[in-house]
Amino acid sequence: MLEVTPGWYMTLAAALFVLGLTGVLVRRNALVMFMSVELMLNAVNLTFVAAGRAAGVLDGQVAVFFVLVVAAAEVVVGLAIIVAIFRRRETASVDELAALRG
Amino acid sequence: MVELVIFVLMGSGALAGGVTVVMARNPVRSAMGMLGSLVSLAVIYVVNLAHLVAAVQVVVYAGAVLTLFLFVIMFIGVDRAEDTSETIPLQRKLVAGLALVVAVGAAVLVWRGRFSWTPAAAESVPIPNGTVQALGGELFTTWVLGVEITALLLTIAAVGAIALAFYRRSGKASAEK
Repeated sequence: MLEVTPGWYMTLAAALFVLGLTGVLVRRNALVMFMSVELMLNAVNLTFVAAGRAAGVLDGQVAVFFVLVVAAAEVVVGLAIIVAIFRRRETASVDELAALRG
Repeated sequence: MVELVIFVLMGSGALAGGVTVVMARNPVRSAMGMLGSLVSLAVIYVVNLAHLVAAVQVVVYAGAVLTLFLFVIMFIGVDRAEDTSETIPLQRKLVAGLALVVAVGAAVLVWRGRFSWTPAAAESVPIPNGTVQALGGELFTTWVLGVEITALLLTIAAVGAIALAFYRRSGKASAEK
């Protein structure tokens, strides 16, 4: 019988991470880029849980807890910035935010 | 056996959600894809006996964070179509190449590493049971400083978001065109 080893979980996490990476690099809507970042964070959380289980310790899940809190804080500030930019520039596309271009 | 079935089902669910996030033209669809991905991962966490993490994932991520995303999508408006043309030459191909390199590298690392649930030294390792009691005990003894620092971080983030929301430019002088 096939057993699900930690390698399976880490492969799934790697696939999710790559998906998120692609989203950040290809999409131009700041909101979708943000969601892709969240996807990458989730992939890392999955590795933490799987690795913690493989090592037989709870520390992996504790790490996930902290990542979750930091991600929540990041979302709050990031979305506030996106809204602030939108109110001034009427756009959420990162291509149009080139004011710092030399 | 049960774990295998759940892994295949929820793993493909998480991947499908991820693909939806990246591919969907409409940001609301992206958000729904992310919801599917988050809930699938929560089920996988339950299989790994990370009960509290699964609950927090659903409550905080699928509940709070995603709602926040949807609010902002509604506020900004979804009718504006995203420009899908390539402005940076070769961008898509470069990204695909990079993604392939990362994916293959990760797969090689994982399968060469031969992870198993039991380290070679130990006969069997009990799966750490992430109940509220166990995780809470760990958080408020060993990691109590980290908990306090994250509390501070959350306060700063909330204050920062409010400051950004109420920010008004004083004076007319502006470098912007």
